[in-house]
Amino acid sequence: MTLKSNLKNILLVIFTTLLFSACSTAKKSADIEGDVYTGKETVEYLAAGVPDRVFFATNKSSLTTASRATLRKQATFLRKNKNLNVVIEGHADERGTREYNLALGERRANAARDYLMTYGISGKRLSVISYGKEKPVNPKSSPISWSQNRRSVTVKVN
Amino acid sequence: MKKLIYIFLINIFITNYSSALIEVDITRGNLDPLPIAVSPLHVDIKSEKYKEINVKELGEKISGIIEKNFKNTGLFNPLKKDAFVQKPDIAHVKPRFEDWRLIKAQALVTGKLLISGDKLKVEFRLWDLAAAQEMTALAFTTTPSNWRRVAHIISDKIYERLTGEEGYFDTRIIYVAESGPKTQRVKKLAIMDQDGFNTKYLTLGNELVLTPRFNPTNQMVTYMSYFRNMPRVYLLDIETGTQEVVGNFPGMTFAPRFSPDGKKIIMSFAKDGNSDIFTMDLETRLVERITEHSSIDTSPSFSPDGKFIAFNSDRSGLQQIYVMRSDGSNVKRITFGKGIYGTPVWSPRGDLIAFTKMHKGRFYIGVMRTDGTGERLLTENYYQEAPSWSPNGRVLVFYRETKSGSKGEGFSAKLWSIDITGYNERRLSTKTDASDPSWSSLLTK
Repeated sequence: MTLKSNLKNILLVIFTTLLFSACSTAKKSADIEGDVYTGKETVEYLAAGVPDRVFFATNKSSLTTASRATLRKQATFLRKNKNLNVVIEGHADERGTREYNLALGERRANAARDYLMTYGISGKRLSVISYGKEKPVNPKSSPISWSQNRRSVTVKVN
Repeated sequence: MKKLIYIFLINIFITNYSSALIEVDITRGNLDPLPIAVSPLHVDIKSEKYKEINVKELGEKISGIIEKNFKNTGLFNPLKKDAFVQKPDIAHVKPRFEDWRLIKAQALVTGKLLISGDKLKVEFRLWDLAAAQEMTALAFTTTPSNWRRVAHIISDKIYERLTGEEGYFDTRIIYVAESGPKTQRVKKLAIMDQDGFNTKYLTLGNELVLTPRFNPTNQMVTYMSYFRNMPRVYLLDIETGTQEVVGNFPGMTFAPRFSPDGKKIIMSFAKDGNSDIFTMDLETRLVERITEHSSIDTSPSFSPDGKFIAFNSDRSGLQQIYVMRSDGSNVKRITFGKGIYGTPVWSPRGDLIAFTKMHKGRFYIGVMRTDGTGERLLTENYYQEAPSWSPNGRVLVFYRETKSGSKGEGFSAKLWSIDITGYNERRLSTKTDASDPSWSSLLTK
């Protein structure tokens, strides 16, 4: 009998440990959704409530719902600041070949630019530059930092 | 005899091509490298002083470079000099074959040099010890400051005689020298001899530079620069240092390479989120579009006959390698294996394409036939890419990066080489971290 209850206790301990560890991994990956970074750690702001960057999935340049919301805020901000021009930087993570990443960064920056243009911002105010994998914001070799590096950043020029 | 030494780069002795002589097979990994004795070159006592060069030690230095070249091929085993049985000057005239055989040498290199009137005169002989005969000999004259190249040229001639293929020692490698933290890397164009000596920096590091590649005569380099924050393909004359933008494109140009005749540059041009392949004729300035597709088409590389172009494209979803005629027609996908394929580079022999493959978070350098069959992965690592061929098509140089921690610690980028047999992987010595290597052709043919 005692053996059985002991076993039960051990199993319970194992179970709770598993539960805790599951919780902690869940916490770590909470900032990634479907390979796209959703956290705020590296984000800067063009103005209060206007994030400067959006994030992408590996090898992708499509905009997520959250990215579109961010870009709409940028569009509103740019409409209010008519004399402001921006450059949109496109970036890739370090897990691809250099030349392809240059092209991928350019495609990402243009995805952001196109979206801003559909919200009425003149293309003349929006220039684009790709840095490929050359300018990571987070130097760590880990999935979370790669997701932070797959980004387009809207930077004020004047 | 003396007259003959003045003749630049010609064989002065009758070379025996008897098939009984030793041969080194380089088509497979060599687990039994050929024991070779490289006797120090005898320094003629009439040699004069020349600038900084220590004339007395020059003979040993040159033989040391030859030995290192041979050792690095993995095909030869240079024997230790303390076992050598004959003085260099006597061995060069008439080696005692039995004595050299005793120390297990199968081939012997001897030579002599003389510095006189600002000229370095060198001759060397290669001996087959088993057959007790001379295999090849050469004499040439050059400026004394070229003494390292002398060693490389001798290495090439011996390699050629023993393997039946051109060597790759009298060559240089252009690459990107890297320094500073990972998030703020400083990158400069650098050039060095194939063995890591004579490093020179060609840019100052004020702007980001990437992917330098030689033209066929090794005097020009095409590369990408972020000068004035305009990422464009540039052309650099190594001798004069003059640089110019290639073409007048309203957007980023990248991934440049020369055509095999050196007359055109092929590259990608990115506009509105789409990268296509273009060529520009350097003489007529005529720009030609080669691909027109909504996907990313980049990393183009000509076949050595100029008739085909290999490139990578994500038109089927993820990056794969394609081959087309040089006018852009007849596009064919050639990679169908598991994984992502990029950076195809056509072998100078024309028979193989080297590539980078990404699969399950690992990076491979491999080769395949030009129709995509016969894929062989040569090396696997955390991150490596951008293979470039040795001029004889036997060795690939590429760069490899290491994992880094949260502050970027542990990060490094280094040049590595591997034989296409998959053997003999080794790191190339560079003064700084390095990436994007491009191997020149032979400087002297």
